[in-house]
Amino acid sequence: MKNTLLNMILVLGGISTIASAGVGYVYRITEEPIAAAVEANKTAALGDVLPDFDAIVPLESTLDGIPVTVHTATAGGSVVGYAVETATTMGFSGEFRLMVGFAPDGKVLAVKVLQHAETPGLGSKMVDAGNPLIASFEGRNPSDMRMAVRKDGGEVDALTAATITSRAYVDAIARAFAAMLEARGSALNSPFGEALGGGENVVLEAREGASENLTNDAKQTDNE
Amino acid sequence: MNKLGIIISGIVKNNPTFVLLLGMCPTLGTTTSAVNGAGMGAATMAVLIMSNIVISLVKSIIPSKVRIPAYIVIIAAFVTIVELCMKAWLPDLYATLGVFIPLIVVNCIILGRAEGFAAKNGVVDSALDGVGIGLGFTLSLTLVGAVREVLGSGSVFGWRFIEGDGMLIFVLAPGAFLVLGYIMVMFNKLVAKTK
Repeated sequence: MKNTLLNMILVLGGISTIASAGVGYVYRITEEPIAAAVEANKTAALGDVLPDFDAIVPLESTLDGIPVTVHTATAGGSVVGYAVETATTMGFSGEFRLMVGFAPDGKVLAVKVLQHAETPGLGSKMVDAGNPLIASFEGRNPSDMRMAVRKDGGEVDALTAATITSRAYVDAIARAFAAMLEARGSALNSPFGEALGGGENVVLEAREGASENLTNDAKQTDNE
Repeated sequence: MNKLGIIISGIVKNNPTFVLLLGMCPTLGTTTSAVNGAGMGAATMAVLIMSNIVISLVKSIIPSKVRIPAYIVIIAAFVTIVELCMKAWLPDLYATLGVFIPLIVVNCIILGRAEGFAAKNGVVDSALDGVGIGLGFTLSLTLVGAVREVLGSGSVFGWRFIEGDGMLIFVLAPGAFLVLGYIMVMFNKLVAKTK
């Protein structure tokens, strides 16, 4: 076709319109499966990090400007665990999100990576089952441990050649723990709180510990 | 050119990775494992076949001065479609390749084949060229990914045969250049011999 202005405008406009319509159509038919895939991922993670439960209540909050959701799982009316959707912005490639399962007494049950963009083969090893990071946390209560990688004087084994990722992972779990304590603390003050055990002072103490570690972590600037 | 010849030429004589040296960014970036390489190759192939077909269909109505923007709009639409479909039905693959999928738009292979082949040939030949070049790209990426996975992680297609860490450098960017360079040398040597 000839290179007249009208031709160019008509052809480009026509192609853009058809292309947009096509993309819009595909967006509509994929909207539901995409939402379902995201939801399935979350549900699977909840099942992976918690013992069997029959009801779950999410509680959304924000810690240091990062959204955190505490899911309180109950079975037969008593709390069986907490699953915390947590995130960190300190990852080697920006933000990543974790799901951390806690027992009612605060012990870490399991950790699952929901979404990340860490270096494949290095930081991405945090996803693998039984990696040093998960092994350092599983079955332990964060308030009983020094929440930092060994290089920074803590008790957490870092991933080989992925110190920044490991620090970010610790940061995300510390945030999850603080959010879990907060949720548990507010439940303690409610009429249902008596069965949960623990006390206000424990909550405050542990929260201070957690935020202290957060600032320590933030100061570290090594290379991965 | 016969139909089979078009496909074979895309894999050997015009191999996009080892001969034409196009699309180096996704080649280096996504080949950390064989599965990632294959996934990226397959996504690129899907876009390439569809864009080649559409461009060879509409080539006569596009004024030559605006052909590049027109091709880019067509390619970008198909890339978005592939991205949405992958998100919906292959969320695990999308989780590993996510950031690289939108970059298929600016992959030189696709625009190169649109301009170099689809704009001059019929629909069937253009589709076959998409299949051939797409297969060439997929096989090359899978090969580079497999070699990097074996050397860097001690596994292949996720099947681990060496315990512990491999040579980490092969998983990182420098390893991509090393592996790509050596495979390129061997590939071209072999192809030259068979001529």
